[in-house]
This record gives sequence, C-alpha cells and structure tokens, in this order.
Amino acid sequence: MLPVIRPELHFLGQNVQWTIPTELENRFLVTFEKFCTRTLPAVTHGLLLAASNLPLPMATTQTASSSKSTSISELKRIASQVRRDIVRQVHGVQSGHPGGSLGCADFFTALYFHIMKHDPEPWDMDGKGQDLFFLSNGHISPVFYSALARSGYFPVKELATFRKLDTRLQGHPTTHEGLPGVRMASGSLGQGLSVAIGAALAKKLNNDDHIVYTLHGDGELQEGQIWEAAMFAAGKKVDNLISTVDYNGRQIDGDVDDVMPLGDLKAKWVAFGWDVLETNGNDMAQLVNALGQAKTRTGKGKPVMILMRTEMGQGVDFMMNSHEWHGIAPNDQQLKDALGQLEETLGDY
Amino acid sequence: MNSFPILDQKDTRSGFGAGLHELGKQNPNVVALCADLIGSLKMDAFKKDFPDRFFQVGIAEANMMGIAAGLTIGGKVPFTGTFANFSTGRVYDQIRQSIAYAGKNVKICASHAGLTLGEDGATHQILEDIGLMRMLPGMTVIVPCDYNQTKQATIAIGAHEGLVYLRFGRPKWPVFIPADMPFEIGKAQVLIEGSDVSIFACGHLVWKALQAAEELAKTGIKAEVINVHTIKPLDTKAVLSSVKKTGCVVTCEEHNKYGGLGDAIAQVLATTMPTPQEYVAVNDSFGESGTADQLLKKYGLDVPDIVQASQRVIKRK
Ligand SMILES: Cc1ncc(C[n+]2csc(CCOP(=O)(O)OP(=O)(O)O)c2C)c(N)n1
Ligand SMILES: [Mg+2]
Repeated sequence: MLPVIRPELHFLGQNVQWTIPTELENRFLVTFEKFCTRTLPAVTHGLLLAASNLPLPMATTQTASSSKSTSISELKRIASQVRRDIVRQVHGVQSGHPGGSLGCADFFTALYFHIMKHDPEPWDMDGKGQDLFFLSNGHISPVFYSALARSGYFPVKELATFRKLDTRLQGHPTTHEGLPGVRMASGSLGQGLSVAIGAALAKKLNNDDHIVYTLHGDGELQEGQIWEAAMFAAGKKVDNLISTVDYNGRQIDGDVDDVMPLGDLKAKWVAFGWDVLETNGNDMAQLVNALGQAKTRTGKGKPVMILMRTEMGQGVDFMMNSHEWHGIAPNDQQLKDALGQLEETLGDY
Repeated sequence: MNSFPILDQKDTRSGFGAGLHELGKQNPNVVALCADLIGSLKMDAFKKDFPDRFFQVGIAEANMMGIAAGLTIGGKVPFTGTFANFSTGRVYDQIRQSIAYAGKNVKICASHAGLTLGEDGATHQILEDIGLMRMLPGMTVIVPCDYNQTKQATIAIGAHEGLVYLRFGRPKWPVFIPADMPFEIGKAQVLIEGSDVSIFACGHLVWKALQAAEELAKTGIKAEVINVHTIKPLDTKAVLSSVKKTGCVVTCEEHNKYGGLGDAIAQVLATTMPTPQEYVAVNDSFGESGTADQLLKKYGLDVPDIVQASQRVIKRK
C-alpha cells in the first residue's frame, strides 16, 4: 500500500513517519480522504479507507539537505493548490487581498514545503530548534493561511472561515486567536523586520542555530521603521536572518514608482550592509535555488536579503499587470475564470 | 418626537472627500497629503483637480505628519488622510511634538475608525483613538455622524484655526442629517427632546441612538438624543442642561469604554453634577474580523444595547 499513499505524503511534506498522536488523526483523515476521493481510483480509495484505522502518516519537514525529495514539479503542483485556496478564501467572504497573495504563492510553497525546517506539531510559540517565518505584510494572509494549513498547522477546511466572525483566520494574521503557525500580529505595515530581528537575537542567545525568515511588501519598504531595522541587523551582525521582498512594483494607489519610488533597491540594501540576492519569485526553480543559496550565506556576519521579482496576481491572467487586485474580491464568474486557470492538485477545502 | 427619515445610504469617508474637494475650491491654501490610501479616503477628486496641492507620501505616516507640520509654516492648511489607526497610534509622538506641542494648524483626517471597517480585523480597527487625541493639549476632536455632517465638518475645520482630529468610517450608513442643518464645531445637537434619559452619542452610533429612542418611546420612555459630534472641546452647557432635565445618562460610541465620549461626559458630570451613567462602548478589548453589523451586535453597540442601558440607568436615578 505504500506506493499508493506516497502522493499524499508529498502533499503533507517530505519525510514520513507512521506514528501520529490520536488527537491529530481526524485532521489528517479529512485531507487524506479528500485527496483519495478526488485523485485516486475508487478501488484504491476503498483500500485506504479500510486501512484508515491504522496510524496515519504525519509529515515532518526537513532541512534543505534532506528535503530534496520535494521536486520542483511537485512544488509547482502545491503552489497551484495554494493559489486556488487564495482566490476561494477571498471570494468566500468577498474581502481580502488576492493580488499580493497570488504573487507570493511560489515563495510560500518553496519556504514551507522545501526550505524551512519546521514542525507543525507540536506547535509552540518559541519554536526552539526550528526555522521561523514572520509575515510583515500581513494583508497577504490568504497565502500564509493556505501554506500553514497545507503543511499541517491546522485543518485545511478551516480556510473556509477566513475573515468571518469568530474565526482564527483574522483578516490580518494574529496571535490573539492562537492560530498555530502565527507568532506575531501583523497588518500595520513596517513592523515585521524589527520583530524578526528580536527573534533572531533570541535564537543566538539560546544557542539555537536555526534561521529566521521574513517577507515584506515593496510598498511596505516606504515605512521608516524598516530602515531602522535594516541598520540594526547589519550593524549588530544578525546573520541568522533571511529577509525577502515581494518586489512586485505595485501597491494600493498604483505602481510603486509613481506612489513613492524606491530607487535602486538593491544598492540601498547593500549600502545598509546586507548580503543581497535577486531572483524571480515566480520561477520555482530559480526561487528554490536563491533560497538555498541564501541559507549558505547565513552565519557569515551579515543579514541576507532576497529581492524577489514577482507579478501581483500571478497565475490568474485578469489579476495580473496592474495594482487593481491588491485588495478586492472576485465575483462568482471571476472565481470560476480564476479556478479554470489553476489546477486542483491537492483537493479543494 | 422629531423623526429622521433616511435620506440616503453613504459612507462618511465620502463626506470627507466631498468636503475636502469643496475646500480645495474655496481656499488655495488648503493642501492634502495621503499615505497610499487615496481611494479609501476618497481623496481622488481633490488630487485630480488640485494636483499641485496634493502630496502622495507613500506608506510613511510618520513622515506625512512631519511634512504636514512643516507645510503650516508658510500658511498652508494641511489635511492628512489615512486610516484612523495609522493617523493616531502609529504617529503619536510625531503629532504630539511637531503638531500639538508646536501648535500647528494640521487637520488629521482619519477613516476606517472603529469596528465597522469589518473584515480587516483588529489591527485596523482602532478603538482607542478618541482617547489618544483627546489627551493632547489643544487638539479638537470631531466625530461626525453621517455623510452630510462629515462633509460639513470637513469644511468647518478648514476655516477653524488650530489642530483637529476628524474621525469617520468605512461602511455605507444612513444619511439622516439634512444638508442644511447648521453645524458648529463644539456645539452639540439635540436631535430628539425627552425627559427620562439623556442619550449622548457620536459617529455611527448616533443613528443607533435614534433607533433606540424610538424603541424606548414604544414603552413610554422619553429619551433625549444628543449628537455630540465634537468631543473636545465638549459642549458642557448642552450636557448639563439635558442632564438637569433627565437625571441620568447613556453614552454611545464606537470606541473602547476607556478614554472616549463616555469618559469625557463622566468627567464633566463627576465634577459638577454627579449623575448615574451607563456606557455603550467596547468593553476593553480589541475587535476582530466580521461584518459591521455582526461586530456592532457582538460588541454590544447595537440598538438593543442602548435600550437596555437606558432602562438600567433610569432605575439607578
Ligand atoms: C502602517 C500601514 N499603513 C497603511 C496600510 C494600508 N495598506 C495595506 S496594504 C498597503 C499597500 C502595501 O503595498 P505593498 O507592501 O507593496 O503590498 P502589495 O500591494 O504589493 O501586496 C497599504 C498602504 C497598512 N496596512 N499599514
Ligand atoms: Mg507591492
């Protein structure tokens, strides 16, 4: 039966164990069963269900060195599902930010399914012995929530509660509702880099040699606090930090170049003392390569920055090439059109 | 009893946008600044017709406050526009030092205040801003109740010399103040006269208070509804003359119970005429995602909450 189950294991992560705490069984059963019903032949489905009283597989993601098993093509398939999750979440509540979320789907997939060492279970705030991620541009919560749910932090079906009353999936990510995987409230822009620096310093104090990752919007870089943090990270040699920018050239009121030009962004980060990489944030192979390279550059006395060229709305043609879809929801027909462009690979929630 | 028919459904922020555009025509010294939220603040018309007097500062609110302060040196009358949270908490010291302490004629115009912005959730739903701004010496704090009044207030603060915090919101809301009803900064408006309880309200909750008064009337309770659009300086004369008549008070605001309209009125009453008071306000918590209606209900800011608070406070007389 193992070969039959293997695709599911890729979906959950990379390396698989056959032990699982009983309280988690249901959660995995739901996604597991859904995958089976949609993707596998009925016969196999029956077999799997018959076996469902067996302990189910739990994913543990590994360091990059041991997680090569997640191939680029598999990552692309996951990213396609993440994109479906994004447009479905935003459509479901007719509110939220699809543009930046879609542009960052490849990044989140690479990070959560290939690059970071992280354990969804047991969840704890301190995350000692794990890599940490901070989303500073909190408005792209739909992509964050999808990546967290799809990598096992909470049930995938909870994505249906996005932005609705009493949800843990608040409009902007928060620790207030105790959602696993979220370590800081964000939404008010410009604050995440400082927080990540604090967490990176705590790792150093704890002799924990894991990495802290951040993501920022390019518009967000207009906030002065970002540059206070940038100065600190370089000046104090916070070299267990990999920051990334969603360099899509767009923000609410239009193109970044029209609203408030960032100038030579690479030169700015270099001048602030960072080790700067550039990549195409919507090309999975390039992205994975850049993230891998960034890891090799940690521990060398400088914080690392990856400027990721992305397209707002990437993957849904009518959401691309403008800032219009920064923060509006698709209607029913637009949802249909969008989903028609995004393959359902892991089963919709 | 006066009645206030619904004239239209419009967002108060559009009232700000219309007022600002009008001011642009009237006064060439009026300038406007925005931090990447032109559409949300409805500043498009001003930007289009007065491009030289409009400054897009990007997502940099602290910088915006400093530039606004500087523009006053040379006689400009700057209006800043961003969400209420980023207009106050985020830039408190910039306002405190460069605008309030320095005594600069800046108009801080804040949209998406309170719970009713809805799904964006607590990071954006500031419920502390009235308190923060009230505490600054010299700051005038205005919270208009509908589209028409927000437009009037915007025009009025353009002619007023001094720093102002103007607070308004995101959702479409009943328009019920006639466009020709006089508006004066610092002058509360008795919308319904009554003798059993004084209901003081500001912002979106004025409409809820009017509804509550109708409900109370059905049970024979005559509520007086007063629109306290200017929270600072407070119209103490209006407060005291109503309370002398009714002997009890309900205050209604889309704000934390600490530091807002309720506290402003309690302070006047405690020092001159101690009176039973009930607060309809958020009970010291953050907000959350949801629709405006759901949130007003969940956080106790709806018509039944005002009715019940009135019934409770009347018993305490
Ligand atoms: C401090 C602060 N100011 C303003 C906003 C409102 N806001 C939300 S997203 C956004 C634009 C962000 O641009 P960018 O970081 O490039 O993200 P993108 O539009 O590309 O997703 C703004 C101005 C905010 N959330 N926080
Ligand atoms: Mg951007």
